[in-house]
Amino acid sequence: MTLSNYMNRKELLGFVILAVVIFLVLPLALDTFRLNLFGKYLTYAFVAIGLALCWGAGGILSLGQGIFFGLGGYCMAMFLKLEASTPENTSIQSTPGIPDFMDWNQLTELPVWWQPFYSLGFTMLAVVMVPVVFAFIIGFAMFTRRVGGVYFAIITQAFAAILTILIIGQQGYTGGVNGITDLRTLMGWDIRTDEAKNILYFVNGVLLFAVLFVAQFVRKSKLGRLLIAMRDQEDRVRFSGYNVANFKIFIFCLGAAFAGIGGAMFTLQVGFMSPTLVGIVPSIEMVIFCAVGGRLSILGAVYGALLVNLAKTTFSEGFPELWLLGLGGLFIAVVMAFPNGLAGLWSEKVEPWIEKTLKKTKVAEAPGPNKAPAE
Amino acid sequence: MSERFILSVEDLTVSFDGFKAVDDLSFYVEPNECRVIIGPNGAGKTTVLDLICGRTKATGGTVKFKGMNLLDMREDQIVHAGVGRKFQTPSVYEDLSVFENLELSYPKGHGVFGAVFFKQDQAVKDRIQEIAETIFLTDQLDEKAAYLSHGQKQWLEIGMLLIQDPELLMLDEPVAGMSVAERKKTAELLNRIIQDRSVIVIEHDMGFVADIATRVTVLHRGELLSEGSMDHVQNDPKVVEVYLGH
Repeated sequence: MTLSNYMNRKELLGFVILAVVIFLVLPLALDTFRLNLFGKYLTYAFVAIGLALCWGAGGILSLGQGIFFGLGGYCMAMFLKLEASTPENTSIQSTPGIPDFMDWNQLTELPVWWQPFYSLGFTMLAVVMVPVVFAFIIGFAMFTRRVGGVYFAIITQAFAAILTILIIGQQGYTGGVNGITDLRTLMGWDIRTDEAKNILYFVNGVLLFAVLFVAQFVRKSKLGRLLIAMRDQEDRVRFSGYNVANFKIFIFCLGAAFAGIGGAMFTLQVGFMSPTLVGIVPSIEMVIFCAVGGRLSILGAVYGALLVNLAKTTFSEGFPELWLLGLGGLFIAVVMAFPNGLAGLWSEKVEPWIEKTLKKTKVAEAPGPNKAPAE
Repeated sequence: MSERFILSVEDLTVSFDGFKAVDDLSFYVEPNECRVIIGPNGAGKTTVLDLICGRTKATGGTVKFKGMNLLDMREDQIVHAGVGRKFQTPSVYEDLSVFENLELSYPKGHGVFGAVFFKQDQAVKDRIQEIAETIFLTDQLDEKAAYLSHGQKQWLEIGMLLIQDPELLMLDEPVAGMSVAERKKTAELLNRIIQDRSVIVIEHDMGFVADIATRVTVLHRGELLSEGSMDHVQNDPKVVEVYLGH
């Protein structure tokens, strides 16, 4: 794949603008508290990018992306919690050295499956692999049986509900409804300081771009075109000799991997992980971020996550009861009025206007064959 | 015995909730033969193609293609074995360009990672160009398939099959809904591409059938009514009775 196949000029411009926004405009314009808040919004963008591939390109609507966001986040939280639960820090517990919520729930030793999370290397692998394995199991079970469309969406939603109930029910092992809280250091580095929050924001930004580059690569590969083909004519793809289920499983797992990374960055920046980020409501919200941004556009997904969350923070402070209605209304409005979201508005309205304006000034400035170089 | 035929369909049966859409059907296709299946609406013609290509699962019987039992295989495996299928309504990828439609049908990079790292090399481009010329769409290569006319979409789908280079090509009413001019062009196209391969065609246009058929199979209510040359079936009183009319 040559460079121009990978990204055309317009897309490159979009990437550059987003990079300027994330790495320059926001850090310069905001104080640490607000920047950290935007860092949190951007962790949802990881999920929205995955949804743009699964749902926008491939037509696979998952209402359970919170599962993968949560699994990634919990893996990270387990590591941080173990580091925070040194015997000195927990000396007042009846069993020092285990996480506080385990002690409260009369556990006297660390469960075996928590043990590997002492290792940062294992944790980083688990942040990606646990969601991927989970997505593979769901995807394999559903897609090889040709479950799709609404049925798939409902089943993923059910999984999100089941996982939430499981986490809340197994309080001694998971921290229950409170989640895993009071996280302090990463390899001895205090993540609660302003400096750490600033650094984590940039780490998050870099990871987001890494994910964007992978997503762009997939979108521009033959697999990206196959996804669109599957969305339009699944049977035809099958009779062109493709095993459609494998492709769906792959893209679903990729979306899960993205979501897992987002979840881990959420835990690091916000300092806790809880079942409220796993269940049905957050999963649907994530779909709305993607829809508002424009489900066909990976960059739009990032803006969607940013803007909807900004609106959520702003409005829910003032009108906490009305916010959910507002969010629902927004979703309906987007679907009815501009189905391609912000990205659609941009390419249908703003871009033609810019081109027109540019042409006018060009003509005024330099009449003659002074055209921009062709692609 | 089996080597004489590229495709052997024996005792093929499918029943939908007790209704037998195809009932104990047997027929054999020889290499390079053009077999046309005719019959009144609801005779089970399309269902027979669906059964051969794996879209519908049979309740009984066997379908052997070059010694392989197709009934045990998945759709994509059947395609890789060398069976191509064109649907009745043109099914092309409307959101993709003509070029991309053909590219996806090119028989390479069919695994997940093969598709991620698939390269459009010169051989691929040349082949697509060649097919585009055959199906009269050279000027439309960069156009979205959604903007093609009905006839052009049918040609595009035929092109998508050609690029797979199947040994057995199955076409479901390839000239239905076409204008007279398009129909003539399509007949010419089909006559060219049915050389060097076996073809099964479903068609109602008897003039067209007489033009291309090696042999004709007549179906009625899921059963074989008559089989033989065009002359033979046209003069078969049973066929005249149920299908051709007096």
